Amino acid sequence: MQYLLLIYSAESLDPKPGSEEFGPLMNDYYKFTQEVKERGILEAGQPLENVSTATTVRVRNGKTQIVDGPFAETKEVLGGYYLLNCENLDEALECAAKIPTAKYGSIEVRPIMILPGD
Amino acid sequence: MTSDMPVNANLDETLIQIVRENSARLLAALVAHCGDLSLAEDVLQEAVLIALKQWRKKGAPQKPAAWIYKTAKNRAIDYLRREQSFTRKTNEVAALYATEVEDSLTLRAKAPGIPDERLKLIFTCCHPALPENARIVLTLKTLCGLSTAQIAKAYLVDETTMAQRLVRAKHKIKATGIPYQIPRQHQLTERVTSVLSVIYLIFNEGYVSSVNQSLMRTELCEEAIYLGKMLLTLLPMNTEAMGLLALMFFHHARNKARISPSGELVSLEHQNRKKWDHSLIEQGDKILKPALMVGDIGPYQLQAAISAVHVHARRYRDTDWKQIVMLYRHLDRLQSTGTNPIVKVNLAMALSFAETPLLGLAYLDAIPRDNRIDQYHPYHLARADILFRLERFDDAKEYCLKAMQYCENKTELSFIKKTIRNIEEKRQK
Repeated sequence: MQYLLLIYSAESLDPKPGSEEFGPLMNDYYKFTQEVKERGILEAGQPLENVSTATTVRVRNGKTQIVDGPFAETKEVLGGYYLLNCENLDEALECAAKIPTAKYGSIEVRPIMILPGD
Repeated sequence: MTSDMPVNANLDETLIQIVRENSARLLAALVAHCGDLSLAEDVLQEAVLIALKQWRKKGAPQKPAAWIYKTAKNRAIDYLRREQSFTRKTNEVAALYATEVEDSLTLRAKAPGIPDERLKLIFTCCHPALPENARIVLTLKTLCGLSTAQIAKAYLVDETTMAQRLVRAKHKIKATGIPYQIPRQHQLTERVTSVLSVIYLIFNEGYVSSVNQSLMRTELCEEAIYLGKMLLTLLPMNTEAMGLLALMFFHHARNKARISPSGELVSLEHQNRKKWDHSLIEQGDKILKPALMVGDIGPYQLQAAISAVHVHARRYRDTDWKQIVMLYRHLDRLQSTGTNPIVKVNLAMALSFAETPLLGLAYLDAIPRDNRIDQYHPYHLARADILFRLERFDDAKEYCLKAMQYCENKTELSFIKKTIRNIEEKRQK
């Protein structure tokens, strides 16, 4: 089964480039990515640009509305994701716990819906 | 077929009994192989209907449970084959065939022909990814074999609501890929904790409100004990599983003395200790002692040990409060992640007996206040009790009234009212 692991954190808590914690965090991310690659379960995974770059689009009554910012103002914001091909939820949860941001943020694990005929 | 097999009416009863006794095992074995709880339930039901028809004609087979299992499994193969256009199902069909061989190897004394996969099912039903109430109903349904109607009655909700809860839970298992497997070593401890807490929640639901409510609630205690025993059979070396079972035995041993003939709650102090079930206490001892000797102490073992101190006091005034204080301190340290009001309040009470009421009061005062503790009625009751012993009757009454605001249980409410009457009597003297 495929699982999307959504990485949420308060941006104020994210280590900034150049800070003491930044290097080790990147290193941990590198190690995690290597591990899921070697296990053959990595489908995709990318960090996202800062939430201040977000643009939200809605179409209402045929009109497109474009608004600056994320769709909902929350303290913890989406900062990146992994798409993994896991055997089951337990494997996905085990991976989620290994994502470095899990130590100060939250990882939401969502199964990819299987459409009939897939 | 055996010649002394009784006919029809008894045959139905035999069948019902076989299914009840083996339902967890049958269901677990079917789920383990077809990977789908709903399908397993359906084919088991169908197999029972087929059995009913065929056994009436031909009599019951020699190994009835194994017969039902095999029939149900064949039904599952049929269903999955029909769905084979979904390629991912082929694995499941293959797994079902493969078990033919495996089954013949795993003959068990109690249910020959049915492999014991219950542990896997326990971990699925108690998976922390499921909401707590879903874990409870799934466990009661699949492992205890209770009907939706029975569970609804026990939890005082209507059957439709309960059925919906079950459907949602099963949907989450399927959609999120919660596995039917024993967790790997590094996940095992936390998963066992989740299983233990589900069992204890079931027990407490029955224990706290076993009077003035439906009879089903007392049965919940027995179902929880049954689950505790099952878990211990499947995880024989787990000291916390031993601790929980011992704890439930000690609590349950006091069951008959906890309620007066008029249906009122009797406090530990006033219970008739002769009414305690001493064989249950003995069973609790037999499990707890070896667990404690292993030295891997956890919260359930400590709670069981506290309960053991209580049940081994011949009279209330013989209670070894100093030891109870020590055990609560240990428990408090174990659960140092956040304030656990239950442990803190109990520790304060134990201190008030082991040392002085004033010390107990000081300890209560020192507990950091938050909403959780403010709405926890035993906190106010503990304060009332200590104030009463300090002969501060007006204050004691005030805290009783406060406790009543947050208490929802009828039996406990009438107990608090009785305490208030008692306070008023003393004040007038």
